[in-house]
Amino acid sequence: MSNIRLENITKTFKDTVAMSDVSFSIKDGEFFVLLGPTGAGKTTTLRVIAGLEKQNQGHVYFDGELSDELPPAERDVAFVFQQYSLYPGMSVFDNLAFPLRSPLRNVPEPEIKQRIQGAAEKLRITHLLERKTAKLSGGEMQRVSIGRAIVREPRVFLMDEPLSNLDAKLRESLRVELKHIQSTQNSTTVFVTHDQIEALTMADRIAVLHGGNILQIGTPFDIYDRPATTIVAQLVGTPKINLFMAHRHNGSLQVVDSPLTLPTPIGDIPEAVLLGVRPENVKIAADGQYTGQAALIEPLGVETIIHIRVGDQTIVSIVPGASPVRLGDTVRFDVPGEHLHLFEPTSKLRI
Amino acid sequence: MATIELKQVEKKFGESFAVKPLDMTINSGEFVVLLGPSGCGKTTTLRMISGLEAVTSGNILFDGKDVTWLHPSARDIAFVFQFFALYSHLSARENIAFPLQAQGVGRDEIKKRVMEVAQMLKIEHVLNARPGSLSGGDQQRVALARALVRRPAAFLMDEPLGALDAEFRESMRAEIKRLHIDQHATSVYVTHDQVEAMAMGDRIVVMSNAEVQQAATPMEVYHSPANLFVARFIGSPGMNLIEGKYANGIVHLPGDNQYFVPESWRNVLNSSLPGDGKVVVGFRPEAVDVHTDGQLHSTTFANDLHGGYTMLHLQLDPDHIVHVRAGREMRYQLNDTVHFDVKPDMVRFFHPETEKALQNGKV
Repeated sequence: MSNIRLENITKTFKDTVAMSDVSFSIKDGEFFVLLGPTGAGKTTTLRVIAGLEKQNQGHVYFDGELSDELPPAERDVAFVFQQYSLYPGMSVFDNLAFPLRSPLRNVPEPEIKQRIQGAAEKLRITHLLERKTAKLSGGEMQRVSIGRAIVREPRVFLMDEPLSNLDAKLRESLRVELKHIQSTQNSTTVFVTHDQIEALTMADRIAVLHGGNILQIGTPFDIYDRPATTIVAQLVGTPKINLFMAHRHNGSLQVVDSPLTLPTPIGDIPEAVLLGVRPENVKIAADGQYTGQAALIEPLGVETIIHIRVGDQTIVSIVPGASPVRLGDTVRFDVPGEHLHLFEPTSKLRI
Repeated sequence: MATIELKQVEKKFGESFAVKPLDMTINSGEFVVLLGPSGCGKTTTLRMISGLEAVTSGNILFDGKDVTWLHPSARDIAFVFQFFALYSHLSARENIAFPLQAQGVGRDEIKKRVMEVAQMLKIEHVLNARPGSLSGGDQQRVALARALVRRPAAFLMDEPLGALDAEFRESMRAEIKRLHIDQHATSVYVTHDQVEAMAMGDRIVVMSNAEVQQAATPMEVYHSPANLFVARFIGSPGMNLIEGKYANGIVHLPGDNQYFVPESWRNVLNSSLPGDGKVVVGFRPEAVDVHTDGQLHSTTFANDLHGGYTMLHLQLDPDHIVHVRAGREMRYQLNDTVHFDVKPDMVRFFHPETEKALQNGKV
């Protein structure tokens, strides 16, 4: 396995900047997720690591060695794509064996067999080995694609939205299995996704990309609990974080268009701030300090989302299980000060 | 607003059923969601209600009046599709006014009603724009406005949020529900997204294989699923469903686990299981208490942060993983042993062959 370092990488396509001065290091054995919306530069980053794109500026290092001139084949990376790209006429076994039988590697047949058996067990596809891939379901095909990467025992796995084509239930279960496999074999993995739940649940560390820039790198806890910008704050978490403009007033933060006043945290706080609070931190309580009207109730079974109208603003709360609150009820709630996120309104950066 | 009744409505394509004979009443002002995976018959059902698809047999009634063979335009319904289906060469205002012009409504009345719905949907500022220059969310708002402006007897919506990005979907979901609360229009809404169904529906009709699996409130569907399909389909992840063997008050589960059946269920299990005692035990991820003297034991397969909480994935044996919702700081090392209990009031049992839920009077 392997560590990777990107140093001040810039990549442009004609007038478009796909990556702008991007730097990060991925540790040996780490599950590293690149998270961002479409067009953020995630896939380009993956392709620069693979050597499929040449950066305009900056350097790529594998295990500390400058690798800019290394052709893709010699970087020893394995790709898993959203599309399965298996050979339909071949059996699952032959698909898995294909990269190992290439003249470049020429792995002896007994070892091929051994590696395939190991990978097939991990991915629960042993019973499919003799089947033609054209006869497989989407979930099975993606397992085989991942298996084909595993048998190669590469230095690094590069995965580009490998779960996006699967339906919700399959995505959920494959996500858990992939995470388990990665943590048992400690493979260095770079995983691209636009799905915040995939990023939070699978990553050791997440890099949030937006418009070719890295906004934040950190553990899932860092990203969720201390988002560096409002974009990061809004990108992770469902329901979305509540975000209001607020002004300092008599030692409190007064939310605009609303009677909500929150205690000003200690420190150097500007006159105007963007104030964020996650829905699970809007605590409904009989003796709550604030009052609003239940404008909408969304019962999800496991929890209930309550939209509370306060003045001209709506603050969203999420509570476990079913809620006794009914539409139109007066709701009392608290917003504990330690759960406030403050951002500078112009730069949108965390204060 | 209309009450919609379906009486033994069925649809066949050749020999195969798209919808098996179906009885359903949608009350005036109710928001009913047709939920299921693709190919389950939900969209065909909606299209039969609208008249876009002819029934093979059966009757459809609006307010007691048989409309089975009435042309869609004569049924007084409005349709909202996944794809916005707006006229690209007309402004948002002209798009919204279009159905009223077709009905021959007077100019002043059109102007008034367009402004009313535009205010309701907060799209006054985009009325002069062409659809192509609007965001996905605003395009869908214009499509909704065009449906609302007619004041139809019923709204039929076919995955209206399906084409939107995740960030818009969440807020549009709330807007449509809020709109329904204000208007109380009879609404039939098709989706494959169980979260949407739970959040929006007064009632959910779960469909699979051309048949209704369960029609009930979101809470009933979630807590008392009628069968294994519904138990699995609703929830993220779905209900934990583990097959075991029942004898003398105990279900023997994989991984050498013994589950002591709550007293209130024993008579039901004694009387309704097949001879070999096979039974499926079901419980939701939040129905689990993790603690050191828990009667069930497992090893840690994975644990992951979902933002506000942690999901533990625990292995009873290599083929049986249980998903457990836990506090966000709870973390175990891979292969650590974890003990847990299932909250007695949140356990469910299913017949392994019929796949139906066993009924306990006390639940």
